[in-house]
Amino acid sequence: MSAQREIAIVAFHQSPCQASAGAANEVELIMPELRAVFDQVGLANAQDVDFVCSGSCDYLQGAAFAFVAGVDALGAVPPIRESHVEMDAAWALYEAVLKIRMGHADSALIYGFAKSSPGELPIVLSQQLDPYYLAPLWVDTVSLAALQARLMLDAGLITEGDMAEVVKRSRRNAMTNPLAQLAGETSVADLLAKPHYLSPLRRHDCCPVSDGAAAMIIATVEQAKAWGMPYVRLSGIDHRIESHNLCLRDLTDSVSTRKAAAAAGMNAGAVDVAELYAPFSHQEIILSRALGLGEDTRVNPSGGVLAGNLMMASGLSRIGEVFQRIVAGEAGRGVAHATNGPCLQQNLVAVLEAA
Amino acid sequence: MTDVDVLSEAFELGFTYTRSTGPVMGRFLTALRDKRIEGIRASDGRVIVPPMEYDPETAAALDEFVEVGQEGEVMSWCWVSEPRRAHPLQQPFAWAMIKLDGADVAMIHCIAATDEAALHTGARVKVRWADEPRGHISDIACFELAGVAP
Amino acid sequence: MSEDNNAQAREPVTGMDAPIYLQYQFTAGRAPSRFLHALKQGRLTGQRCPGCSQVYIPPRGSCPACGIATDEEVTLSNKATVQSFTIVYIPIPGNPIKPPYIVANLVPDGANISFIHLLSDCVNEEVHIGQRVEAVWKPAQEWDYKMDNILYYRPLEEPDVPVELIGRLPVEGWEGQA
Repeated sequence: MSAQREIAIVAFHQSPCQASAGAANEVELIMPELRAVFDQVGLANAQDVDFVCSGSCDYLQGAAFAFVAGVDALGAVPPIRESHVEMDAAWALYEAVLKIRMGHADSALIYGFAKSSPGELPIVLSQQLDPYYLAPLWVDTVSLAALQARLMLDAGLITEGDMAEVVKRSRRNAMTNPLAQLAGETSVADLLAKPHYLSPLRRHDCCPVSDGAAAMIIATVEQAKAWGMPYVRLSGIDHRIESHNLCLRDLTDSVSTRKAAAAAGMNAGAVDVAELYAPFSHQEIILSRALGLGEDTRVNPSGGVLAGNLMMASGLSRIGEVFQRIVAGEAGRGVAHATNGPCLQQNLVAVLEAA
Repeated sequence: MTDVDVLSEAFELGFTYTRSTGPVMGRFLTALRDKRIEGIRASDGRVIVPPMEYDPETAAALDEFVEVGQEGEVMSWCWVSEPRRAHPLQQPFAWAMIKLDGADVAMIHCIAATDEAALHTGARVKVRWADEPRGHISDIACFELAGVAP
Repeated sequence: MSEDNNAQAREPVTGMDAPIYLQYQFTAGRAPSRFLHALKQGRLTGQRCPGCSQVYIPPRGSCPACGIATDEEVTLSNKATVQSFTIVYIPIPGNPIKPPYIVANLVPDGANISFIHLLSDCVNEEVHIGQRVEAVWKPAQEWDYKMDNILYYRPLEEPDVPVELIGRLPVEGWEGQA
């Protein structure tokens, strides 16, 4: 087996998180993000990369084969090498990384998009559950997260004040993130004074529903140098999944995140910054603990997804956020996390390092 | 690009699926139709309800069915003050993880209760059966607090 | 419960109904919305790619060949050419049109790609590729944001377009016309 090829992240761009993208269809959401990353590298279109992989879910907007329509944004004449995952685009990145490491490509475009506003997202997502025992009951995903939060509160692992603290920090951090949907100065006392929404969750414990897209370009280190691009090394990436039976899992912990982090080599050095895909406030605490993050790590400086959640793109965006901070010199080494499924069922961890 | 008035229209996407249940889920649903609840014993001896077809740890096929009680304990719950149209109950209710007597793993279902204050973790609940069970998870219409008159 | 139901009830459960109905508020997209607004005014429009100059109908906001945004709106002709067609003999559930009828790929003059519409007012057996047709619109007071503002296309008394020129006619039409 040949030596593993090193992966470089060279470009990233994300749209603002909007409660509704209005008229824009999937192609119109994707195109500006693709154009931005092509322009960053100086490429014309998808013909100039070796592989394209996207992440999206047609159920979100209820348009069958919307992901195929998305190919209209690529410039796929003559035909290109293209693939798609019905998952967050962080998993599309994983597929692209494998493609490059195996020597089947030297460069790849990855994108994810979501138009969640046309449907009732928590109900749409109920249909990803066990089709015999849970989906027919229409158990929504916010309720499942609330069951998880209650388990933590009952066990004394967190307080509602801890959850509010996460929200307060997210809103404050988001004030410097122009793409955020929710931002502002608030206090734990103010947040705790708000009524419960889906007890024990308050509305602010839950991420908003957002429309938007994100895109990234990766390459071998040699290709990145040939392009003359500043780049960040993607030194490790791994993902793990837990049982679909929620009652068989320890929902107060994230074993899959810890295992993915170990396999991705997170523990080989200090972590300056971490971007965690925690759609609910208590889940940020679960993830921080599973990863063993301490005082030295800035967690979700972007505000995280509590400030705006692009389903199927937020995971890729976490990686993009860390990439941008390392390129800007704000951090030398960082960790990005992505999740799929109810109550953090499946988790991906990526480790990024300055070149 | 200049924007125009947004043209939008409500529509319903329908998938009229039927599902084959297989021997394990089929037996569970058959029992529900008879107002009985059956779990399955995993390789480590735990009783899982509703039954899984394969062992969660060894992946071995499972086939030792165990009838469990129709009462149980609330392990976790959340209060749905504004039920959604798709939800099984249209009055405020709770989703809960309920460990039935004789089971080792909880199941997720809903609890009908008068208000949030009536519920707590550890509360005892019992099955309320649907009027006409048909071999479906909703044959359990919901759970309700044990010892409380319906 | 009848005796039949009892007998059925004793059979083990082997299947279950699992219908899924999801409600959405669908939006047409910016480019399709502009197309539909023009359609409501009785005009067929496409969008031209700033790169390769191809004109797409209905427009989706991008040139799928070049991967760049389209913006320039082009009004197309009511005249079109048959690129392909099929004669439907079987009833389609939910479709009010009585078979046999013709569904055709039609390229309007000024566009470079076909769209699908009905062909009528014709002898089905005489329809052919390259045939010239024109749109038959509903009365103007019935126009809406809908493709069926055009009831159907009907044959024109014009010379056929050679296959290699289908999809390449300017909006002014076909110089080979009589």
